[in-house]
Parts: sequence; C-alpha cells; structure tokens
Amino acid sequence: MDIKVENITKSYGPQKAVDRISFHVKTGEILGFLGPNGAGKTTTMKMLTNYLLPEEGNIYIGGRSLLEEADELKKHIGYLPENNPLYQDMPVIDYLQFCAEIQEIPREKIQDRIREMVRVCGLNQEKHKKIGELSKGYRQRVGLAQAMIHDPEILILDEPTTGLDPNQIIEIRKLIRELGREKTVILSTHIMQEVEATCDRILIINKGQIVADGTAESLSKQVQGQELLHVKIEDGDPNEIYKALQQLPAVALVDFMDRQQNRFEVQSKPEMSSRREIFRLCMEKGWVMTEMIPVETKLEDIFRELTMN
Amino acid sequence: MKTIWIITKRELNAFFDSLMAYIMLLLFLSFSGLFTWLIGSDIFLVGQASLRTFFSVAYWTLFFFIPALTMRMIAEENNSGTIELLLTKPVTDRQLVLGKFTSALLLVIISLAFTFPYVITVASIGNLDQGAVLGGYLGLVLLSAVYISIGIYASSITNNQIVAFLTALFIGIFFQIIFDMLAGTFSGLPGELFHFLSLTTHYESMSRGVIDTKDVIYFLSIILLALKMAENALAKRNL
Repeated sequence: MDIKVENITKSYGPQKAVDRISFHVKTGEILGFLGPNGAGKTTTMKMLTNYLLPEEGNIYIGGRSLLEEADELKKHIGYLPENNPLYQDMPVIDYLQFCAEIQEIPREKIQDRIREMVRVCGLNQEKHKKIGELSKGYRQRVGLAQAMIHDPEILILDEPTTGLDPNQIIEIRKLIRELGREKTVILSTHIMQEVEATCDRILIINKGQIVADGTAESLSKQVQGQELLHVKIEDGDPNEIYKALQQLPAVALVDFMDRQQNRFEVQSKPEMSSRREIFRLCMEKGWVMTEMIPVETKLEDIFRELTMN
Repeated sequence: MKTIWIITKRELNAFFDSLMAYIMLLLFLSFSGLFTWLIGSDIFLVGQASLRTFFSVAYWTLFFFIPALTMRMIAEENNSGTIELLLTKPVTDRQLVLGKFTSALLLVIISLAFTFPYVITVASIGNLDQGAVLGGYLGLVLLSAVYISIGIYASSITNNQIVAFLTALFIGIFFQIIFDMLAGTFSGLPGELFHFLSLTTHYESMSRGVIDTKDVIYFLSIILLALKMAENALAKRNL
C-alpha cells in the first residue's frame, strides 16, 4: 500500500505545525523524516495514523481516502508513537494479547503472532513482567511488537530506536530494513546515521514545511554545488605547488591545509572536476601525489544548511 | 461490538489487577450492610420486611463511589498518552467510550449482585414486596449508569484524575440534591422543571416499585447525552 499526502495543514492555535505538506511514499519504500524539534514530524505522523485530522488536504492510503475510510484503513497501519505510551500495569504478554484482539487477528492465529513478536523483538525473558517494570529498551521493544503484531502493510515509527543500546539499535535497524522490502515504512528520527543506514528516501521538514526530499546522495549533490578535494603532493616546494594548482583551468580556489606536509584544499569551479588536471600536473612536474580525498557533504551539513536560519 | 467488549474486558482486568475492584466491593458492601442492618434507621428499627433502607443507603454510596471508579478511565489514558495508541488502532472514539462505560457498569452490577443475600434474608423474615425490590435494583442500575456516564465525561475533559473526580461529583450533586431543593423553592413551571430534572424523584418512584417509561426515558437520555459529550470531548484531542 502506498501513501499519498496532499497539502495537509494542521495548526495549534495561531501557529501552523504542519503547513501544506505533500509527499508520496511507494510500497516497499522506507522514508525517513528528519527535522529539528517542533518541525512538525510528530504532528504529521499523528495525521497519517488518523489520530489527528488535518484541517486541509487529504491523505490517501492505497488510493483510498483516510478521512473517509479511517476504520477500515487503520487496520493496515502499525504505529509506534513518540514516547512509546503503554499500559504500565499490564504484563507484556497480556498487552500483546489485547493488541492482537483489538486488531481483529483471527483467534487461532493470535498465539502464533504473539510468539512471533516475542521472538522478533527479543522479549522472551521479560514476557511475564509488567510493562512498568521493564527498562526503557525493553519497553521500546514492546512498543515495536504492538505496532507489528497484526503484520500491517504500513509502519509508522516515531523515533523507533530511542532508548535502545547499540546492539539493539543495529538489530532494530536490520529489522526495519527487512520489513521495508515489502511494507511501506515511515520513520522519524534525529539520528543522521540512522537515516543513512535504513532509509531509501529522506524528507527534511522545517517549520511545518518540506525543505528537502530525495535520497542521501541526491540531497548531498543538491547542497554541495562545487567539488572539494583534499590533496597531498610531495617532492615539491609548497609555494610552487600552490601557484601551479591555482593556475589550473578547472580550479577555483586553493588553500593551504598544512604547509609542512604539503596538504592543500582545492575547490573546483562549478560543474567542473579538477581531479584529472591535478594528476597530470603532478606527472608533468615529477611530483608525487600521495593523497586525494573528495570531501563529501555529510547529511549533518545538509540538515544544518536547510534548517538553520 | 466485539471491539467494545475487548476494551471492557481489559478495563475489568485492570480493575481487578489493581485492587480497585476489591476495595470498591469491600467499601460498598460494608457501608450498605452496616446501615441496612446495624446502624441508624436499620431494618430492625423500622420493623418492616422491606429493603427501602438499603436502597436509600446504596443511593448515596454509589453517588460517591462511582466518580472514584470512573475518574481514571480516560484521564489516565490522556495523561500517559495511551489514548493515542488505542485510537490509532481500529477503535473509534465511540467504541472506546462505550467500552469504558460497560466495564464500570458491569463492576457496579457485580457489586449489587453481592447484596442479593440481603434480599433472601429479608424475604425470609417477612412478606417482601418483590416489585419494590425489582424496581429498586433497576433504579440503582440506572442511577449508576447515569453517574458512570457523567464520570466518564468528566474524565474525558481532563488528564488529571482528581479534577475528573471533583467535576463528576460537582455535576452529580445537581442531580442528586440541588435540583430537588430548587424544585421546592420555585413554584410553577420552573418548579416542575427542576422536579423533573431531579434524579431523586425518578429514583424514588422506581424504588417503590413503579416502573414508569417516563423515568426510564429520563435516565436513558442523561446517559446518552453524557456519553455523547464524552465522545465529543475525546474527538477534540485536547492535549
């Protein structure tokens, strides 16, 4: 099932939390929501799960309007809300049973599904404890288990890995990747590595509006306009190398990074690459190039650039 | 229907797991038992094989106990955020309200069932008016349903249980005595209006064994109104 969001708007009082957002998530795609605190990520997710109703616009799930067929469509959504609210005084297994029943899983399949979720989320040790007695990481696993118990076609996860230890984070990311092959997953996070590790596509939201939409690579290309290289050239006089580099046609700017070690930062002119020219220059002059590192714009930089004003 | 029952079942389990249900049962039975049999104008003092005393004691005990029962029902879910989890599952606002309502009503009916030995005992002492007993119990169930729906409404407008408890009592006190008092002060149309609004009037005629459709409609309309208001309050998602 795909999700199509058309111009949804939601405001809290005079402040617009979400301002005419539109996007489309295909089946089998993992979409990462990025954005600073208060950007509207959680509000958008609440609208996608029909907890809040958008003031304007519409949401289509598998081509059907969520506003009109909410009761039917909600069965296909698994949701892990922010802060993972759970019934503290219920034992894990009873809680999963309750969730399974309310999701209308056929009676004979309920036990299988619970067993499956306990296994997948690693809850076997803790399944008879009350949820309130669990550590934060285990509670997060219970939250994931309840979101996935009815094998939904759409998973909406609001910060799924908060509170987990590094091993669990890797496991959960792997799980999300696996799920994402057949299901439509939307997850929000503020951890950049997580987006890079799990998501097929990234949506950056700021002040209720989408400021970027694309894969990690396409976003870095978009932001980075010019090529940037770190070069180390040995067997030559630093100043002479500096001048020679500066005179290359594709080079816009040369800077010393470390004069003693002959390291330079070379910025190319827009839409041009100076890598070949630098190599030829070294051949010509008999210099030895021991390093040439293209500097990539990291997701962090993109994020900062798009969301800082 | 099934969804409502699943929610009801969970609520009942929560009652019995958290001792709430046992405390409620114990207090209700000891209060009503004490005043029916031992203290004040009890059965032996009145000297009649009638449960009038029990019905008037239960009338007041339920008035105080029900808000304590319903105060956490939605307020706690609002406070902890579990409401979001529940309403994003295939559960409508109405099903949630009805599920909670049914669970509280069932708990009250269970408590009332425990007072059946009173009926048997009194019936063995003398000639018991069965119509009055039936009407009295029906009256208690309807009255409980009214206070439960008011309690659920009070619980749905806040995320603080104490506020929910006090709001429920505040609304309840109007039906319990204030309308009755106002009916005595005013004459003419306002007097009649307050007389009709007073829950006491309807309950008393029922516990005498007179089951009038007018009374039943009165109870049912308050229940439906309060539950509808709870549903609307929930739909606002006042975070």
